[in-house]
Amino acid sequence: MALKQTPSQTVGPYFSYGLTPEQYGYDYKQLADNNLGEADGNGQRITIRGQVFDGNGATVRDAVLELWQADSQGRYAHPEDPRGSNTGFKGFGRTGTGTLPENYYEFHTIKPGAIGDGQAPHITVVLFMRGLLNHAYTRIYFSDEAAANDADPGLALVDAARRNTLIAQRQENPAGIIYQFDIHMQGEQETVFFDA
Amino acid sequence: MSKGFVFSPRDWDSHPPQIHPGYKSTPLRGPTKPLVVLPQTLSELTGPVYGQDAVGPLDHDLTKLAAKGGEPNGERIIVAGLVSDENGRPAPNILLEVWQPNAAGRYIHTDDQHDAPIDPNFMGAGRCVTDADGRYRFITIKPGAYPWGNHYNAWRPNHIHFSLFGPSILTRLVTQMYFPGDPLLELDPIFQGVPAASRHLLVSKLSIELSEAEWALGYEFNIVLRGRAATPMES
Ligand SMILES: [Fe+2]
Repeated sequence: MALKQTPSQTVGPYFSYGLTPEQYGYDYKQLADNNLGEADGNGQRITIRGQVFDGNGATVRDAVLELWQADSQGRYAHPEDPRGSNTGFKGFGRTGTGTLPENYYEFHTIKPGAIGDGQAPHITVVLFMRGLLNHAYTRIYFSDEAAANDADPGLALVDAARRNTLIAQRQENPAGIIYQFDIHMQGEQETVFFDA
Repeated sequence: MSKGFVFSPRDWDSHPPQIHPGYKSTPLRGPTKPLVVLPQTLSELTGPVYGQDAVGPLDHDLTKLAAKGGEPNGERIIVAGLVSDENGRPAPNILLEVWQPNAAGRYIHTDDQHDAPIDPNFMGAGRCVTDADGRYRFITIKPGAYPWGNHYNAWRPNHIHFSLFGPSILTRLVTQMYFPGDPLLELDPIFQGVPAASRHLLVSKLSIELSEAEWALGYEFNIVLRGRAATPMES
Protein backbone atom coordinates (compact mmCIF):
# COMPACT_ATOMS: atom_id res chain seq x y z
CA MET A 1 0.00 0.00 0.00
CA ALA A 2 1.38 3.36 -0.99
CA LEU A 3 -0.41 5.41 1.65
CA LYS A 4 -1.29 4.82 5.28
CA GLN A 5 -4.91 4.84 6.41
CA THR A 6 -5.97 8.02 8.20
CA PRO A 7 -6.31 7.04 11.87
CA SER A 8 -9.74 6.86 13.48
CA GLN A 9 -10.63 9.21 16.34
CA THR A 10 -13.54 9.13 18.75
CA VAL A 11 -16.78 10.78 17.64
CA GLY A 12 -16.67 12.61 20.99
CA PRO A 13 -19.63 13.82 23.05
CA TYR A 14 -20.78 16.60 20.71
CA PHE A 15 -21.63 14.81 17.47
CA SER A 16 -25.35 15.44 17.61
CA TYR A 17 -25.66 18.72 15.71
CA GLY A 18 -23.30 17.41 13.03
CA LEU A 19 -24.62 13.87 12.59
CA THR A 20 -28.17 13.83 14.01
CA PRO A 21 -29.23 17.50 14.21
CA GLU A 22 -32.99 17.15 13.75
CA GLN A 23 -33.27 14.33 16.28
CA TYR A 24 -31.62 16.58 18.88
CA GLY A 25 -33.55 19.71 17.94
CA TYR A 26 -30.88 21.64 16.03
CA ASP A 27 -31.88 23.72 13.03
CA TYR A 28 -30.05 21.72 10.34
CA LYS A 29 -31.38 19.09 7.99
CA GLN A 30 -30.04 15.66 8.86
CA LEU A 31 -28.75 13.16 6.39
CA ALA A 32 -30.53 10.12 7.76
CA ASP A 33 -32.77 9.30 10.68
CA ASN A 34 -34.17 6.28 12.51
CA ASN A 35 -36.95 5.62 10.03
CA LEU A 36 -35.73 3.47 7.13
CA GLY A 37 -38.82 1.60 6.20
CA GLU A 38 -41.33 3.68 4.33
CA ALA A 39 -39.92 3.20 0.84
CA ASP A 40 -40.27 -0.58 0.89
CA GLY A 41 -43.99 -1.29 0.88
CA ASN A 42 -43.43 -5.03 0.52
CA GLY A 43 -41.47 -5.30 3.73
CA GLN A 44 -42.59 -6.44 7.12
CA ARG A 45 -42.46 -3.35 9.28
CA ILE A 46 -40.44 -3.81 12.43
CA THR A 47 -39.01 -1.75 15.26
CA ILE A 48 -35.55 -2.47 16.59
CA ARG A 49 -34.82 -1.01 19.99
CA GLY A 50 -32.37 -1.39 22.78
CA GLN A 51 -29.74 0.23 24.94
CA VAL A 52 -25.97 0.44 24.89
CA PHE A 53 -24.20 -0.53 28.13
CA ASP A 54 -20.70 0.35 29.29
CA GLY A 55 -18.41 -1.87 31.34
CA ASN A 56 -20.19 -0.89 34.57
CA GLY A 57 -23.58 -1.79 33.15
CA ALA A 58 -24.58 1.87 32.85
CA THR A 59 -26.54 2.93 29.78
CA VAL A 60 -24.65 5.12 27.33
CA ARG A 61 -26.44 8.36 26.45
CA ASP A 62 -23.98 9.65 23.86
CA ALA A 63 -23.69 6.81 21.39
CA VAL A 64 -24.71 7.03 17.75
CA LEU A 65 -25.76 3.91 15.86
CA GLU A 66 -25.93 3.40 12.12
CA LEU A 67 -27.75 0.58 10.33
CA TRP A 68 -26.92 -0.76 6.89
CA GLN A 69 -29.29 -3.34 5.50
CA ALA A 70 -30.81 -4.97 2.44
CA ASP A 71 -34.45 -4.50 1.48
CA SER A 72 -37.18 -7.08 2.05
CA GLN A 73 -36.02 -8.96 -1.06
CA GLY A 74 -32.42 -9.09 0.17
CA ARG A 75 -31.12 -6.45 -2.24
CA TYR A 76 -28.77 -3.61 -1.38
CA ALA A 77 -29.23 -0.13 -2.82
CA HIS A 78 -25.63 0.07 -3.99
CA PRO A 79 -23.88 -0.33 -7.36
CA GLU A 80 -22.01 -3.45 -6.17
CA ASP A 81 -25.34 -5.27 -5.88
CA PRO A 82 -26.21 -5.96 -9.52
CA ARG A 83 -29.86 -6.46 -8.58
CA GLY A 84 -30.12 -3.11 -6.75
CA SER A 85 -33.06 -2.23 -4.58
CA ASN A 86 -36.01 -1.52 -6.83
CA THR A 87 -38.23 -0.34 -4.02
CA GLY A 88 -36.48 2.98 -3.38
CA PHE A 89 -35.36 1.57 -0.05
CA LYS A 90 -32.05 3.20 0.85
CA GLY A 91 -31.09 0.86 3.68
CA PHE A 92 -29.27 3.36 5.89
CA GLY A 93 -30.34 4.76 9.23
CA ARG A 94 -28.71 6.73 12.00
CA THR A 95 -29.78 7.65 15.51
CA GLY A 96 -28.31 8.80 18.81
CA THR A 97 -29.10 7.40 22.25
CA GLY A 98 -29.60 10.80 23.87
CA THR A 99 -33.25 11.64 23.21
CA LEU A 100 -35.41 8.72 24.42
CA PRO A 101 -36.03 7.83 28.08
CA GLU A 102 -33.41 5.52 29.63
CA ASN A 103 -31.10 6.14 26.68
CA TYR A 104 -32.93 3.78 24.38
CA TYR A 105 -32.34 3.83 20.66
CA GLU A 106 -35.07 2.89 18.27
CA PHE A 107 -35.16 2.21 14.52
CA HIS A 108 -38.27 1.77 12.40
CA THR A 109 -37.45 -0.32 9.39
CA ILE A 110 -38.41 -3.42 7.46
CA LYS A 111 -37.09 -6.87 8.07
CA PRO A 112 -34.33 -7.52 5.53
CA GLY A 113 -34.59 -10.52 3.24
CA ALA A 114 -31.81 -13.06 2.91
CA ILE A 115 -29.24 -11.88 0.37
CA GLY A 116 -29.12 -15.28 -1.29
CA ASP A 117 -25.52 -16.22 -0.55
CA GLY A 118 -26.27 -18.58 2.34
CA GLN A 119 -26.27 -15.92 5.04
CA ALA A 120 -29.22 -15.52 7.37
CA PRO A 121 -31.07 -12.19 7.24
CA HIS A 122 -29.01 -9.63 9.11
CA ILE A 123 -28.33 -5.92 9.53
CA THR A 124 -24.89 -4.36 9.88
CA VAL A 125 -24.56 -1.97 12.83
CA VAL A 126 -21.86 0.68 13.07
CA LEU A 127 -21.43 2.14 16.54
CA PHE A 128 -19.70 5.32 17.65
CA MET A 129 -19.43 6.99 21.05
CA ARG A 130 -17.29 9.16 23.25
CA GLY A 131 -14.52 6.96 24.58
CA LEU A 132 -14.70 4.57 21.63
CA LEU A 133 -11.57 5.16 19.58
CA ASN A 134 -12.53 3.03 16.58
CA HIS A 135 -16.10 2.57 15.38
CA ALA A 136 -17.40 -0.89 16.23
CA TYR A 137 -19.15 -3.16 13.75
CA THR A 138 -21.69 -5.70 14.85
CA ARG A 139 -24.62 -7.51 13.25
CA ILE A 140 -28.26 -7.93 14.16
CA TYR A 141 -29.71 -11.37 13.45
CA PHE A 142 -33.33 -12.29 14.17
CA SER A 143 -34.63 -14.73 16.80
CA ASP A 144 -37.39 -16.02 14.49
CA GLU A 145 -34.83 -17.15 11.89
CA ALA A 146 -33.39 -20.01 13.94
CA ALA A 147 -32.82 -22.41 11.05
CA ALA A 148 -31.16 -19.75 8.89
CA ASN A 149 -29.07 -18.58 11.84
CA ASP A 150 -27.86 -22.15 12.42
CA ALA A 151 -26.61 -22.26 8.83
CA ASP A 152 -25.10 -18.76 8.80
CA PRO A 153 -21.36 -18.76 8.00
CA GLY A 154 -20.71 -15.56 9.96
CA LEU A 155 -22.37 -16.82 13.14
CA ALA A 156 -20.41 -20.06 12.72
CA LEU A 157 -17.21 -18.05 13.25
CA VAL A 158 -18.45 -16.91 16.67
CA ASP A 159 -18.09 -18.96 19.88
CA ALA A 160 -21.41 -20.68 20.41
CA ALA A 161 -21.68 -19.16 23.89
CA ARG A 162 -21.49 -15.63 22.47
CA ARG A 163 -23.84 -15.96 19.48
CA ASN A 164 -26.82 -14.86 21.54
CA THR A 165 -25.30 -11.37 21.76
CA LEU A 166 -26.06 -11.01 18.03
CA ILE A 167 -29.67 -12.22 18.03
CA ALA A 168 -32.41 -9.63 18.36
CA GLN A 169 -35.35 -11.00 20.34
CA ARG A 170 -38.73 -10.75 18.65
CA GLN A 171 -41.74 -9.55 20.61
CA GLU A 172 -45.18 -9.10 19.11
CA ASN A 173 -47.39 -6.62 20.83
CA PRO A 174 -50.29 -4.32 19.90
CA ALA A 175 -47.86 -1.67 18.65
CA GLY A 176 -46.34 -4.09 16.17
CA ILE A 177 -43.26 -6.26 15.91
CA ILE A 178 -40.40 -5.20 18.12
CA TYR A 179 -36.93 -6.71 18.18
CA GLN A 180 -34.92 -6.02 21.30
CA PHE A 181 -31.18 -5.66 20.66
CA ASP A 182 -28.93 -4.42 23.45
CA ILE A 183 -25.24 -3.79 22.98
CA HIS A 184 -22.79 -4.49 25.79
CA MET A 185 -19.38 -2.94 25.27
CA GLN A 186 -17.76 -5.14 27.89
CA GLY A 187 -18.44 -7.76 30.55
CA GLU A 188 -19.97 -11.24 30.62
CA GLN A 189 -22.40 -10.34 27.87
CA GLU A 190 -19.92 -8.36 25.75
CA THR A 191 -21.41 -8.10 22.27
CA VAL A 192 -19.45 -9.74 19.49
CA PHE A 193 -17.79 -7.02 17.41
CA PHE A 194 -16.56 -7.71 13.92
CA ASP A 195 -13.80 -6.67 11.62
CA ALA A 196 -13.80 -7.53 7.93
CA MET B 1 -21.61 -13.81 -5.31
CA SER B 2 -18.05 -12.77 -6.17
CA LYS B 3 -17.33 -9.09 -6.41
CA GLY B 4 -13.84 -9.76 -7.70
CA PHE B 5 -12.15 -7.66 -5.02
CA VAL B 6 -11.83 -7.24 -1.31
CA PHE B 7 -10.82 -4.29 0.82
CA SER B 8 -7.52 -4.45 2.62
CA PRO B 9 -7.95 -4.74 6.39
CA ARG B 10 -8.15 -1.92 8.89
CA ASP B 11 -4.54 -0.99 9.56
CA TRP B 12 -4.11 -1.46 13.30
CA ASP B 13 -0.65 0.08 13.11
CA SER B 14 -2.37 3.31 12.17
CA HIS B 15 -5.58 3.27 14.22
CA PRO B 16 -5.61 3.69 18.00
CA PRO B 17 -6.01 0.69 20.31
CA GLN B 18 -9.50 -0.12 21.64
CA ILE B 19 -8.54 1.08 25.10
CA HIS B 20 -6.16 3.96 25.81
CA PRO B 21 -6.28 4.54 29.58
CA GLY B 22 -4.98 8.12 29.37
CA TYR B 23 -8.33 8.98 27.80
CA LYS B 24 -10.49 8.11 30.75
CA SER B 25 -13.69 7.27 28.89
CA THR B 26 -12.08 4.38 27.05
CA PRO B 27 -11.51 1.78 29.81
CA LEU B 28 -15.26 1.18 30.26
CA ARG B 29 -16.26 1.62 26.62
CA GLY B 30 -13.70 -0.04 24.38
CA PRO B 31 -14.33 -3.69 23.46
CA THR B 32 -12.11 -6.08 25.43
CA LYS B 33 -12.49 -9.26 23.39
CA PRO B 34 -10.79 -9.78 20.02
CA LEU B 35 -12.78 -8.72 16.98
CA VAL B 36 -14.20 -11.63 14.96
CA VAL B 37 -13.04 -11.32 11.36
CA LEU B 38 -15.82 -11.84 8.83
CA PRO B 39 -15.34 -12.61 5.17
CA GLN B 40 -16.24 -9.65 2.95
CA THR B 41 -19.70 -10.49 1.66
CA LEU B 42 -22.09 -8.25 -0.24
CA SER B 43 -23.07 -6.83 3.17
CA GLU B 44 -19.55 -5.49 3.61
CA LEU B 45 -18.84 -4.50 0.01
CA THR B 46 -21.87 -2.23 -0.19
CA GLY B 47 -22.71 0.84 1.85
CA PRO B 48 -24.87 3.94 1.95
CA VAL B 49 -24.68 6.05 -1.20
CA TYR B 50 -24.80 9.81 -0.74
CA GLY B 51 -23.83 12.21 -3.48
CA GLN B 52 -24.16 15.86 -4.36
CA ASP B 53 -27.94 15.69 -3.87
CA ALA B 54 -27.35 15.19 -0.13
CA VAL B 55 -25.63 18.57 0.18
CA GLY B 56 -27.20 22.02 0.22
CA PRO B 57 -25.63 25.02 -1.55
CA LEU B 58 -24.17 26.53 1.64
CA ASP B 59 -23.35 23.32 3.49
CA HIS B 60 -19.63 23.64 2.70
CA ASP B 61 -19.45 27.22 4.00
CA LEU B 62 -19.86 27.15 7.77
CA THR B 63 -19.36 30.92 7.93
CA LYS B 64 -22.62 31.43 6.01
CA LEU B 65 -24.69 28.30 6.64
CA ALA B 66 -26.05 29.33 10.03
CA ALA B 67 -25.35 33.08 9.93
CA LYS B 68 -28.19 35.20 11.31
CA GLY B 69 -27.52 38.43 9.49
CA GLY B 70 -23.90 38.83 10.55
CA GLU B 71 -20.52 37.21 10.22
CA PRO B 72 -19.18 34.74 12.76
CA ASN B 73 -16.34 35.83 15.02
CA GLY B 74 -12.87 34.46 14.61
CA GLU B 75 -10.33 33.64 11.98
CA ARG B 76 -11.83 32.59 8.64
CA ILE B 77 -10.03 29.60 7.16
CA ILE B 78 -10.26 27.27 4.19
CA VAL B 79 -9.91 23.54 4.87
CA ALA B 80 -9.44 21.43 1.78
CA GLY B 81 -7.76 18.29 0.58
CA LEU B 82 -7.80 15.05 -1.29
CA VAL B 83 -9.71 11.93 -0.28
CA SER B 84 -8.04 8.84 -1.70
CA ASP B 85 -7.65 5.16 -0.96
CA GLU B 86 -4.46 3.49 0.24
CA ASN B 87 -3.39 2.89 -3.33
CA GLY B 88 -3.47 6.62 -4.01
CA ARG B 89 -6.62 6.42 -6.10
CA PRO B 90 -8.72 9.56 -5.64
CA ALA B 91 -12.15 8.90 -4.13
CA PRO B 92 -14.75 10.96 -6.01
CA ASN B 93 -18.29 11.62 -4.81
CA ILE B 94 -17.55 10.88 -1.13
CA LEU B 95 -19.69 12.62 1.47
CA LEU B 96 -17.88 14.40 4.30
CA GLU B 97 -19.63 15.68 7.41
CA VAL B 98 -17.82 18.03 9.80
CA TRP B 99 -18.56 19.59 13.17
CA GLN B 100 -16.53 21.82 15.45
CA PRO B 101 -16.71 24.44 18.21
CA ASN B 102 -16.67 28.15 17.43
CA ALA B 103 -13.67 30.46 17.68
CA ALA B 104 -14.11 30.71 21.45
CA GLY B 105 -14.00 26.93 21.90
CA ARG B 106 -17.73 26.53 22.50
CA TYR B 107 -19.92 23.91 20.83
CA ILE B 108 -23.57 24.76 20.35
CA HIS B 109 -24.33 21.30 21.75
CA THR B 110 -26.55 21.75 24.81
CA ASP B 111 -24.25 19.47 26.84
CA ASP B 112 -21.34 21.86 26.39
CA GLN B 113 -21.22 24.01 29.53
CA HIS B 114 -17.85 25.65 28.83
CA ASP B 115 -17.96 29.29 29.95
CA ALA B 116 -17.31 30.79 26.53
CA PRO B 117 -19.79 32.66 24.31
CA ILE B 118 -22.09 31.05 21.77
CA ASP B 119 -21.74 32.77 18.40
CA PRO B 120 -25.18 33.61 17.00
CA ASN B 121 -23.78 33.46 13.47
CA PHE B 122 -22.04 30.13 13.75
CA MET B 123 -23.32 26.62 14.28
CA GLY B 124 -20.21 24.63 13.36
CA ALA B 125 -21.70 21.79 11.28
CA GLY B 126 -21.31 21.31 7.55
CA ARG B 127 -21.09 18.84 4.69
CA CYS B 128 -19.57 18.51 1.28
CA VAL B 129 -18.95 15.91 -1.40
CA THR B 130 -15.62 15.25 -3.11
CA ASP B 131 -15.44 16.25 -6.76
CA ALA B 132 -14.47 14.03 -9.68
CA ASP B 133 -10.81 14.33 -8.63
CA GLY B 134 -11.48 13.36 -4.99
CA ARG B 135 -11.10 16.92 -3.69
CA TYR B 136 -13.19 18.64 -1.03
CA ARG B 137 -13.21 22.17 0.34
CA PHE B 138 -14.82 23.81 3.37
CA ILE B 139 -14.84 27.41 4.50
CA THR B 140 -15.05 27.81 8.25
CA ILE B 141 -13.72 29.56 11.36
CA LYS B 142 -10.64 28.28 13.13
CA PRO B 143 -12.00 26.37 16.16
CA GLY B 144 -10.84 27.36 19.63
CA ALA B 145 -9.32 25.08 22.26
CA TYR B 146 -11.69 24.01 25.02
CA PRO B 147 -11.35 22.44 28.47
CA TRP B 148 -12.64 18.98 29.25
CA GLY B 149 -12.84 16.89 32.38
CA ASN B 150 -10.36 14.17 31.55
CA HIS B 151 -7.72 15.38 33.99
CA TYR B 152 -6.72 18.56 35.82
CA ASN B 153 -6.45 21.46 33.36
CA ALA B 154 -7.15 19.24 30.36
CA TRP B 155 -7.64 21.21 27.13
CA ARG B 156 -8.40 19.77 23.70
CA PRO B 157 -6.17 21.09 20.92
CA ASN B 158 -7.92 22.97 18.11
CA HIS B 159 -9.68 20.37 16.00
CA ILE B 160 -12.45 19.70 13.51
CA HIS B 161 -14.42 16.43 13.61
CA PHE B 162 -14.75 14.62 10.27
CA SER B 163 -17.06 11.79 9.21
CA LEU B 164 -16.72 10.05 5.81
CA PHE B 165 -18.53 7.21 4.09
CA GLY B 166 -16.45 6.06 1.14
CA PRO B 167 -17.43 3.33 -1.30
CA SER B 168 -18.56 0.72 1.25
CA ILE B 169 -19.52 0.35 4.88
CA LEU B 170 -15.96 -0.90 5.46
CA THR B 171 -14.47 2.45 4.45
CA ARG B 172 -16.48 4.35 7.07
CA LEU B 173 -14.22 6.74 8.97
CA VAL B 174 -14.74 9.19 11.81
CA THR B 175 -11.70 11.20 12.78
CA GLN B 176 -10.43 14.61 13.90
CA MET B 177 -8.26 17.09 12.06
CA TYR B 178 -5.70 19.11 14.02
CA PHE B 179 -3.64 22.23 13.26
CA PRO B 180 0.12 22.41 12.76
CA GLY B 181 2.28 23.63 15.61
CA ASP B 182 -0.40 23.29 18.29
CA PRO B 183 1.44 22.85 21.64
CA LEU B 184 -1.60 21.07 23.10
CA LEU B 185 -1.12 18.10 20.78
CA GLU B 186 1.56 16.54 22.93
CA LEU B 187 -0.67 16.84 26.01
CA ASP B 188 -3.84 15.45 24.42
CA PRO B 189 -4.60 11.80 25.24
CA ILE B 190 -7.01 11.47 22.30
CA PHE B 191 -4.35 12.52 19.78
CA GLN B 192 -1.64 10.65 21.68
CA GLY B 193 -3.75 7.48 21.59
CA VAL B 194 -2.82 7.13 17.92
CA PRO B 195 0.38 5.14 17.24
CA ALA B 196 3.27 7.62 17.11
CA ALA B 197 4.17 6.92 13.49
CA SER B 198 0.66 7.83 12.30
CA ARG B 199 -0.11 10.92 14.39
CA HIS B 200 1.15 13.32 11.74
CA LEU B 201 -1.58 12.01 9.42
CA LEU B 202 -4.14 13.88 11.56
CA VAL B 203 -2.35 17.23 11.45
CA SER B 204 -3.28 19.55 8.61
CA LYS B 205 -0.66 21.62 6.81
CA LEU B 206 -0.74 25.35 6.29
CA SER B 207 -1.05 25.84 2.53
CA ILE B 208 -0.34 29.12 0.82
CA GLU B 209 -1.68 27.62 -2.41
CA LEU B 210 -5.07 26.97 -0.79
CA SER B 211 -5.05 30.35 0.96
CA GLU B 212 -6.84 33.29 -0.63
CA ALA B 213 -5.01 36.61 -0.50
CA GLU B 214 -6.55 39.27 1.76
CA TRP B 215 -9.25 36.78 2.76
CA ALA B 216 -8.42 33.44 4.41
CA LEU B 217 -5.56 31.09 5.24
CA GLY B 218 -5.82 27.58 3.81
CA TYR B 219 -5.12 24.30 5.58
CA GLU B 220 -4.65 21.09 3.64
CA PHE B 221 -5.95 17.86 5.17
CA ASN B 222 -5.72 14.77 2.99
CA ILE B 223 -7.68 11.69 4.03
CA VAL B 224 -6.82 8.10 3.17
CA LEU B 225 -9.55 5.44 3.30
CA ARG B 226 -9.22 1.69 3.12
CA GLY B 227 -8.55 0.58 -0.44
CA ARG B 228 -9.01 -2.50 -2.52
CA ALA B 229 -6.52 -5.24 -1.83
CA ALA B 230 -4.43 -6.50 -4.72
CA THR B 231 -5.58 -10.11 -4.36
CA PRO B 232 -8.81 -10.83 -6.19
CA MET B 233 -11.44 -12.70 -4.19
CA GLU B 234 -12.30 -16.29 -5.15
CA SER B 235 -15.80 -16.77 -6.47
FE1 LIG C 1 -14.33 18.06 19.83
